[in-house]
Amino acid sequence: MDTEKNPQGGARVFRASAGPHIRSGESVPHIMWTVSAALLPAAGLSVYYFGPRAFLILIISIASSAAFEALAQKLMGAKITVSDGSAILTGLLLGMNLPASAPFYLPVIGSAVAILITKQLFGGLGYNIFNPALIGRAFLMASFPRFMTAWPVPQGSLSLARPDAVTGATPLGILKEEGYRKLLSHFASRHDMYVQLLLGHRGGAMGETGVIALLFGAAYLLYKGYITWHIPVTFIATVAVLTAVFGGDPWLAMLSGGLVLGAFFMATDYVTVPQLKRAQIAFGLGCGIITALIRLEGGYPEGVCYAILLMNCFTPLLDRAFRPRKFGEVA
Amino acid sequence: MRITSFKGGVHPPDNKKSTASLPIVDARLPERVVIPMSMHIGAPAKPIVGVGDAVRKGQKIGEAQGAVSVPVHASISGKVIAVGSFPSPMGADAQAVVIESDGADEWADGLAGHDDYLSLNPDVLRNIIKEAGIVGMGGATFPSHVKLSPPKEKKIKYAILNGAECEPYLTADARLMEENPGDIIEGLKIIMAILRVTDGFVGVEDNKKAAIKAMSAEAGKVACELVVETYYERDGIQYEVPKGCKMGVKVVPLPVKYPQGSEKQLIKAVTGLEVPPGHLPMDVGAVVQNVATAAAIYQAVRFGRPLVERVLTVTGPGINEPRNLRVRIGTLFEDIISQCGGINKKAAKVVMGGPMMGIAQWSLGVPVVKGTSGIVALSEREAVNVMDFGPCIRCGRCIEVCPMGLNPSVLGQLIEKGHFEEAKDYGLLDCFECGSCSFVCPSGRPMVQFTKWAKRELARKKQKAS
Repeated sequence: MDTEKNPQGGARVFRASAGPHIRSGESVPHIMWTVSAALLPAAGLSVYYFGPRAFLILIISIASSAAFEALAQKLMGAKITVSDGSAILTGLLLGMNLPASAPFYLPVIGSAVAILITKQLFGGLGYNIFNPALIGRAFLMASFPRFMTAWPVPQGSLSLARPDAVTGATPLGILKEEGYRKLLSHFASRHDMYVQLLLGHRGGAMGETGVIALLFGAAYLLYKGYITWHIPVTFIATVAVLTAVFGGDPWLAMLSGGLVLGAFFMATDYVTVPQLKRAQIAFGLGCGIITALIRLEGGYPEGVCYAILLMNCFTPLLDRAFRPRKFGEVA
Repeated sequence: MRITSFKGGVHPPDNKKSTASLPIVDARLPERVVIPMSMHIGAPAKPIVGVGDAVRKGQKIGEAQGAVSVPVHASISGKVIAVGSFPSPMGADAQAVVIESDGADEWADGLAGHDDYLSLNPDVLRNIIKEAGIVGMGGATFPSHVKLSPPKEKKIKYAILNGAECEPYLTADARLMEENPGDIIEGLKIIMAILRVTDGFVGVEDNKKAAIKAMSAEAGKVACELVVETYYERDGIQYEVPKGCKMGVKVVPLPVKYPQGSEKQLIKAVTGLEVPPGHLPMDVGAVVQNVATAAAIYQAVRFGRPLVERVLTVTGPGINEPRNLRVRIGTLFEDIISQCGGINKKAAKVVMGGPMMGIAQWSLGVPVVKGTSGIVALSEREAVNVMDFGPCIRCGRCIEVCPMGLNPSVLGQLIEKGHFEEAKDYGLLDCFECGSCSFVCPSGRPMVQFTKWAKRELARKKQKAS
């Protein structure tokens, strides 16, 4: 239009789009990096307990997860989004689920299964049905049981050598094979056992032992609102109550195995758990029941990994069953 | 009184400080105005003046077309220099009448007011409101006389004025309540007279203490007035008003939360009632009007003045001297911004209305319309680029904040894949596009855009089918 005749001769052109024109500033990378940061105290503790080899396993796991993510996205011609931190978080979680004594190729294989198969083949971030790190762990568990059931006992050693000589069973393993009394005999007293478990001075995967450090990270995420209490509290409480009902030690149940790591950091993975709060409580309940069943009656000493993976299957159903009440709708 | 707020909502930074204490100032008389024939929801008005015609302020220049439509008036006196298609801030180009000022600013003849306005027949009052071209001035621009004409079977119990102004940056309504509470309360009394209700409410967000104080003082004077008996005639039906029945107006402080000023959320806060999905406020006996609309109704009924000006906030980091201005309808944005120290380099996005639900403008060559509550120039840092969004990570933040209890996450994913019918099953039509979901989305997903698109596609399909 001729600006001479047009009374509306505005010159500068501005960006136009649908509202809202402002945003809260929250972003996926910020969430992923914050969760990763919240895992660092526990990761650090595991390096302290299990030595530099633990550090190497974590680094290999993170690096291979990131590399597989980039590779998959390059092959599919998609935008490479390694910097969003989600693959790095998966790598960190996978590493924390491994024994420090694992051979170095284990985290690489685990990452391939987690990122390539569980995440990218299902459509990438936001579309995977199962928790990638847990599928990685489950795959390694099934394929390399020799490495995945020999858990090193914390040495504080600085050796890079594989700590084969000092591997032993986890507290839950001892409990399953030899009973509660035998387990207690490893400690000075029942109280001492709880303290040792809390501090992570026991055999197990690198990231699951330092309960106190995990709780510290979890508290930060709860405070920031990145996770809510619904799944972890229901999950852990269900395990404790069921264990007590069947005559077990609920404190031991809560502090041992991968329960704290699983409940606060894996069963809270946005993508694979229900979105709705009431559905999350049902999810936590289901996780707790399956974990307790496996621990008390199953063949494995620990069931957190499988419990979460099994409940991942129910996520869409739970979300559908617990639809929120619409405004104005009669409940 | 305990206020039952709605579930959800967000707390964007309110950014009202720069204009909250600035009195409303009359803007410079524009040399030229561009007055669109469609400044309301419904059929556009039809121009009844031609190029060369002399017009005066308040003179009708566009005739309403059909029931849901209002006439349009000249906002200055002068000469019509063009009738044609011009950019409108409400979207695509629209038919408009361009008037060049003669500088005299004279009112048209025959604009008569009414002293005894509360004793007028409701139908007469409705007609005055329609003929004055009054629409919802909060931004929705729905013709007010239509809202004030509920079907006979709907018993209206609550007349509610919306003074929430929950959008960040805007302070126009707050200033109007502080400076002209009398106009607003008188407007509300007219609304109550039309609807024959005795309970009037003004909902104001609790962060506007001065406005609440001014409005409460004014509302306090209402309580002692008897409902006059002349309200009997309505649609030919006798209506019993209990003797001694008093009009009462209550100012209700509302929790500070976006979107508290949304009609259904406001009704819930004031009455405790929830409008069911797919229903209208009148189904729970409520009628809501914006405070500025009430003031315009008073001006129209008392003084015979059509809607030719409005108060708006010109603000944001991109505006050098933010102000609250009383502006003639049809004044171009650039003309107004030049009276506010001009626009600076920081401005990345210019929004008509608030930053949550306002309409982004690509050009400043658009006129102020009846629904222009503000002109906000957002900085690059605030204004998001919607082209850059990621996949839904199912974090559930949008579900937590949705004031309608919907699942925007699922809605967005369904719409993204073109499943519009399924989206309808998930409550697409209950969404009023407040944008709380997009505001909190860490993936920056353009949920409002999805919703608008899906609604339009469904409407198109329906049109095709019929």
